[in-house]
Amino acid sequence: MTRDAFGLIYTGESNMQLRELTYSRSIAAVPYGGRYRCIDFVLSSMVNTGITNVGLIAQKNYHSLMDHLGAGKEWDLSRKRDGLFILPPFMTKENTGLYKGTVDAIRSAMGYIRRSAQKYCILTGSHTIYNTTYSDMLAAHIQKGADITIMYNVETSFDPNEQFDDMRLEMDDDGRVTDIEIDPFRPRTNTRSCDAFIIEKTLLEYLIEEAASRASYDFMRDILIKKVNRLKIYGFRYDGFVARLDSVNEYFRHNMALLDPKVRDDLFDPEHPIYTKVKDEVPARYGPCASVKNSVVADGCIINGTVENCVLFRGVRIGENTTVSNSILMQATEVQDECELDYVITDKGVTIKQGRRLSGHSSFPVVLRKGMSV
Amino acid sequence: MRKKKLIAMLLAGGQGSRLSVLTNRMAKPAVPFGGKYRIIDFPLSNCANSDIDTVGVLTQYEPLELNAYIGTGQAWDLDRNTGGVYVLPPYVTGSGSQWYLGTANAIYQNMSFVDGYEPEHILILSGDHIYKMNYAYMFKEHLRHDADATIAVLSVPMEEASRFGIMNTDGSGRITEFEEKPKAPKSNKASMGIYIFKWNVLKKYLCADAENDASQHDFGKNVIPAMLDDGCAMYAYSFSGYWKDVGTVRSLWEANMDLITIPPKLDLYDKEWRIYGKNTAMPPHFVGKNAEIQNSMATEGSRVNGTVRHSVLFSGAVVEEGAVIEDAVIMPNAVIKKNAIIKKAIIGEHASVGEGAIVGCRPRPDEAYDNSLTDDITLVSNNLDVPPNKRVPKGMIADEKALLKLNDREGEQE
Repeated sequence: MTRDAFGLIYTGESNMQLRELTYSRSIAAVPYGGRYRCIDFVLSSMVNTGITNVGLIAQKNYHSLMDHLGAGKEWDLSRKRDGLFILPPFMTKENTGLYKGTVDAIRSAMGYIRRSAQKYCILTGSHTIYNTTYSDMLAAHIQKGADITIMYNVETSFDPNEQFDDMRLEMDDDGRVTDIEIDPFRPRTNTRSCDAFIIEKTLLEYLIEEAASRASYDFMRDILIKKVNRLKIYGFRYDGFVARLDSVNEYFRHNMALLDPKVRDDLFDPEHPIYTKVKDEVPARYGPCASVKNSVVADGCIINGTVENCVLFRGVRIGENTTVSNSILMQATEVQDECELDYVITDKGVTIKQGRRLSGHSSFPVVLRKGMSV
Repeated sequence: MRKKKLIAMLLAGGQGSRLSVLTNRMAKPAVPFGGKYRIIDFPLSNCANSDIDTVGVLTQYEPLELNAYIGTGQAWDLDRNTGGVYVLPPYVTGSGSQWYLGTANAIYQNMSFVDGYEPEHILILSGDHIYKMNYAYMFKEHLRHDADATIAVLSVPMEEASRFGIMNTDGSGRITEFEEKPKAPKSNKASMGIYIFKWNVLKKYLCADAENDASQHDFGKNVIPAMLDDGCAMYAYSFSGYWKDVGTVRSLWEANMDLITIPPKLDLYDKEWRIYGKNTAMPPHFVGKNAEIQNSMATEGSRVNGTVRHSVLFSGAVVEEGAVIEDAVIMPNAVIKKNAIIKKAIIGEHASVGEGAIVGCRPRPDEAYDNSLTDDITLVSNNLDVPPNKRVPKGMIADEKALLKLNDREGEQE
């Protein structure tokens, strides 16, 4: 049954709230959890479901994303039949190369959708992190005879300033969606969409063409909300760990969540491994004066200082007499000797020169742009 | 098939009996090494980094694990259109079937594989050495000398020379004499078991060797001496750098420890010479609130909540709270339970050491066991569950049988 689905991932979300982290890359390519990129989670969830046909709609700054995905080998998606299809924007008579919204983007991928032989489409965004398979959701979709099934989870925390396409579902006892709100100022429910939808391919084609003919551009606002009473839309509850990279603060909070063993066990369930681009880094090395507590450490790190409550990505160097706490250091960050960092996020290849001190706050971590030197 | 100038043949059939229980279920080259690698990753990565794109891997003893590991060769970039990596077990022919009788015989039996590529030269490697070497440099020397054979040699301390096959050379590097484990060595140039031959010359000698029933069909013992006797042009290629035969429990342990000296004796952080290996798709490792870890190495999938000093943790290894580990090699997915103590030991894959157990403690006078293979390094075999509060004395090889004789730890601290 799951063989009868294909994946379609939209990576064009433009969220300015991730600030420096998305200057040179799309959200899908934002590094997460020590060795992953955001996209790895949705992509691995699809692969672990048994899906072998995935289309990925690229929009802006997709160089870094393509670099990461390559031919899809690491996800076992480099295949003769189906596999991974990266669908970059292109210009035609009716398309300027810049999508006006999700409907527009999906429409430009119509050629790929038509060629896909599978009956169901699993449509997702790329800024939501979870590790699941879509099998149960698809079974529920079929059993309910739904037109569209939306994966959601129950989210209690809420901050109106951090909202980004925050879609709330109101459902009846059967799970049928009766009302949808996006970015509500005062949400009436705590059921939040996880940005994953199941829809039959033919219906998707119809809805997209219909919306486009009425100059509507947004899948959520122009299709789901407007048709909430005419389509049978159902919710499917997901109880595992969900991280939405809505803003720098959320990015920080969700990386730090990995220090909780329960979250790690859920997100890195060995039954459903998360695949990513392999870098062949050496195991991490700890020096004689290293003191590391409560931290996630990726391969290739060399640690000679003190590290507490941190997520260290691949190839990070921590110098002697240096203390780093409550920080996220991305790939190849070098912190030289005698530095002090607290609540700092460094992007790839940042160098902190000897003796520097940087300190942010849990509500406002200092973010250093890719390749910066302090 | 397109002709190749040089192809490699990797001898990976050895049982590795001196590695004791570690090679019960797998060939020596498949033994895990250095946190996330296996021994065979080193010669394979060297090939990939030296632009050798065709490698035949000769297997015979417990090949399953090795076959599965090599797969298509993708991890080493050896999944090629022409060439790539091939696993070559012995096979039945019209004239009967035979196990590989020796290193030379293994190549002899696969002559048609080699001939398929019509190579001018052939590189012979063994699958139980840890080193980084650019074979292209050696090949260049081989071509410059227009040699029939070039043998890589390493200068070893004179006092250890009698443990190796020693090459005596003249001023130009031409080999004049080869002595296997000489009592009174004349030079300290030890053969590293890495040879480049002109294929048509080697072929002649392999055929002659196969006819000779008195021969042990070994490169070092038979083929090379025969070529020397006939006055073939054979040269030594001096290699300087890290090289270690990890054929014994002690040398395997030492080679792992060589990765965590400061600076490391074997530097794996060279971006130009990466060692590739198969990826396990595990998350980065985690170091807990009460953990202590120094002078050590840890890799993806491992979890540290106890104290780790001067040790190498492999992927998926777990050290629970209160456990103390020193000078240890903890192989993939081994679990060290709460308050267990490990000293100078190798803990095998998927093994577990129960709560409060001690591995590597001082033996009691009444404890007798054979430690000729291990010396003072304690070895816990793969998949073994050491029960809680047991003591495994220093140098013991703990397997199912030894387990029955293990004593309880009675208030011993150590």
